[in-house]
Amino acid sequence: METLITLLVGVLVMVAVYLLLSRNFVRIILGTAILSHAIHLLILTMGGLKKGGAPLLTEEGSTYTDALPQALILTAIVISFAVTAFLLVLAYRIYRETGADNLDDVRRELDD
Amino acid sequence: MIIPILILVPFLASLFVPFLYTYVRSKKIGWMVLPVPLILFVILSFQIPSLASGENLFHTIRWLNAADIHFTTHLDGLSMILGLLITGMGTLVVMYSIYYLSEREALGRFYMYLLLFMGSMLGVVFSDNVLVLYVFWELTSVSSFLLIAFWHQRKNSRAGAKKAMLITVTGGIGMLVGFLMLHQMTGTYSIQEMIGMAGTLPTYDLFIPAMLLILLGAFTKSAQFPFHIWLPDAMEAPTPVSAYLHSATMVKAGIYLVARFIPVFGESELWFYSVTFVGLLTLLWGSFNAVRQNDLKALLAYSTISQLGLIMSLLGIGSAAMLDIPGADKTIYTAAAFAGLFHLINHSTFKGALFMIIGIVDHELGTRDIRKLGGLAVFMPITFTIALAGSFSMAGLPPFNGFLSKELFLEASLAVQHLALPGVHIWIPIVAWVASVLTFVYCMIIVFQTFFGRQQQQPAWVDRGAHDPRPGMLVAPSILGVMIVGLFFFPNVLGKWILKPAMAAVYPSFGNPESLVPHIAAWHGLNPALWMTIGIILIGTILYIFLRQWRRIYTIAPFSWKIDNIYALLLIQLEGNSYHLTNKYMTGHLHRYFTYILLFFIAMMGTALSFVWRLAFNFSEDSVVTVNEYILVMVMMSAAVAILFVNSRLIAILLNGVLGFTVAFLFVVLRAPDLALTQIVVETVTTVLFLLTFRFMPDWKKERPRRPVKVLNAFIAVASGLIVIITALMVQGNRLFDPISKYFEDAKTLTGGGNIVNAILGDFRAFDTMLEIVVLLIGGLGVYVLIKLKDKKDGDGNENQ
Repeated sequence: METLITLLVGVLVMVAVYLLLSRNFVRIILGTAILSHAIHLLILTMGGLKKGGAPLLTEEGSTYTDALPQALILTAIVISFAVTAFLLVLAYRIYRETGADNLDDVRRELDD
Repeated sequence: MIIPILILVPFLASLFVPFLYTYVRSKKIGWMVLPVPLILFVILSFQIPSLASGENLFHTIRWLNAADIHFTTHLDGLSMILGLLITGMGTLVVMYSIYYLSEREALGRFYMYLLLFMGSMLGVVFSDNVLVLYVFWELTSVSSFLLIAFWHQRKNSRAGAKKAMLITVTGGIGMLVGFLMLHQMTGTYSIQEMIGMAGTLPTYDLFIPAMLLILLGAFTKSAQFPFHIWLPDAMEAPTPVSAYLHSATMVKAGIYLVARFIPVFGESELWFYSVTFVGLLTLLWGSFNAVRQNDLKALLAYSTISQLGLIMSLLGIGSAAMLDIPGADKTIYTAAAFAGLFHLINHSTFKGALFMIIGIVDHELGTRDIRKLGGLAVFMPITFTIALAGSFSMAGLPPFNGFLSKELFLEASLAVQHLALPGVHIWIPIVAWVASVLTFVYCMIIVFQTFFGRQQQQPAWVDRGAHDPRPGMLVAPSILGVMIVGLFFFPNVLGKWILKPAMAAVYPSFGNPESLVPHIAAWHGLNPALWMTIGIILIGTILYIFLRQWRRIYTIAPFSWKIDNIYALLLIQLEGNSYHLTNKYMTGHLHRYFTYILLFFIAMMGTALSFVWRLAFNFSEDSVVTVNEYILVMVMMSAAVAILFVNSRLIAILLNGVLGFTVAFLFVVLRAPDLALTQIVVETVTTVLFLLTFRFMPDWKKERPRRPVKVLNAFIAVASGLIVIITALMVQGNRLFDPISKYFEDAKTLTGGGNIVNAILGDFRAFDTMLEIVVLLIGGLGVYVLIKLKDKKDGDGNENQ
């Protein structure tokens, strides 16, 4: 399972990096969103997968999956949401102000 | 305790001055600053008797115990000389500046910088901890920079300030490295403890580099060849500053440092060679260049360089006493260091006076070009008298204090030629003599070309009302003039009270300091040194009379070469090249920057992985995979890859939604219910946001990057992904520590919560969570502002309504 998820993480990183390197705002923002998915899964995998029950003490059983990565990811999900939301609105605003939807046009706009 | 307070007082006063100046907008501010150096001078003077009886004041304020950095102050004879110069000259310069600077100048700023400098300089000479010393050392560079650029509207002032800063700070950083090397060898930052371990140091490999780096700091600060070029340009500063920083105190910091480290490095022959030869070269080059100057202040600048070289070479000869030479009479060489310290004081008196006199001439007549000056003796008798004393003292004539130290210098140069070392020959006294002749010539230029001759110019001076300045302006130079004469008649008072403890500080291993202090006498028979002086006067007079004829040699190479040009060239090259280089890669294109970052990541991680590739993967710990999980992973992989190839942004956004919700499913499977819930909520809102943007933004245009760019991007993407995979697998296969999560499984008793993840977020790491909420809040505010903010054009329209 760990190896499989790691491979998935790798594929997600590849896609995310490729999107980050493009010029269109929405593609870049999609890249950041996918990158955060990849990293969340990576953190979870680092703690070991399915090594016990869900980390709820009321559950049956004596062993639990590592809870610390989950806590970290929970924080990360929320933060990455804030970042994505902000970037989207920023892109919208830049388009309103300059009529550009990609980095090269903005650059040209600034140089003029 | 008294010494740390002495250092602190000028700093506190400098903070206070600008506020005071908002109330007292007049010259009175100078009178209010005057007590600060005066009181410090008096307090220091009261310590003279106890120092003369052999005591040292040592005080430590514990500061950073872990780093062994403490605010340790140390008052001994050597720091006393500098301390008295700083506070004493400080008093005179402040008094002089009250009359020199006009009310229109930014006086508050001026005195603030001056006090800042005073405090830093006191810090340099009183600190025993080298790192604290270094900080004060750089502070003197900073305050010197501020003072040189005091008239910052002038281009030359700014250029001069920059030059001084660049050169002295470069040396300062070298010095810092030298100090750290010394710390490596001795394990201490205290100079006194280093001196205690001096005997063992030469065996270390770092000994020579540390020595050369510390000398670099000293030579740049004291304007030694070839770093002297900053000093003439620093003359753009107001004259009180030139008199104070650039002749009497700051440029002596390098001399102080060399004297301070003679006990540490003196046993090395390289130390003797570097200090002596650099000093002699500076002496010669400085005096040679002083003769050709037309600006009186530039002339004084070169003469200062030359005199600093003289003192430096004396200290170099003095350190020969530390060398292991059998059968040599060490007192010959200690006498050289004695002469150096004596001349250090003398130079401050006569050069300070001369700077002030030049300032007066400039102030009264509006020029300091010797081609335009002449015949002033009649109009400014008092000014002339002081100038005469200062110049003749510098030329080494009786009855002025410069004569005594010049004689001692000539004797030292004669003594050192017998030193049984290679490269030390008769040429040392010859260089000393030639430089002294040139010194004599430029001193005559100061006196005769400014105050005599050119009778035809006199009516012009009368029209312009040339006369002695107001008495207040003459007080400070007069005091120095009295000292110039007084020290000639009573040099041994200085020797007993001030120089003896200083010699004890320079030669701590020599025991009885009484033997280190020669008796200074104006007349000591017709010895070789006196014959040399007579020769100087004869040849010097002839050279001065025929100055016009032989001055032409300055136009011939190599005499016309300037080290300035090297500096200018380096600076222009550096600025131009870095500008071009930066422009090449800082293009303002985000994808370029991403490319750099990711390529760096790939290079670094790739290199690191190539070292640890032997670490085996270990899949035995893996848990089993069910069919459902395979399907989820496959869905995600294909959705992700598909995003790259779709042309419609709507489909791309939906595919991203597919990814997000599948991640939520994966969280369910992987025993993370909280994550799954959060992910579903967040993904829903994110998708809605994407779709909203979709509503307002234009459709995608087909991106057609050039083929090489596309290939590079693909390479970066694939390489990054592979590195992540390999690293992650290696980490999983090689666990070094047990997870720390067992602790959190005790959540029920520790926090009362049954959900471990919630307990971590709400209790164990509650601060993290709070800051996370803050981030969310800031993000939310940003979103709100960006949406609500009025367009620029609209905003302007509203204002006009």
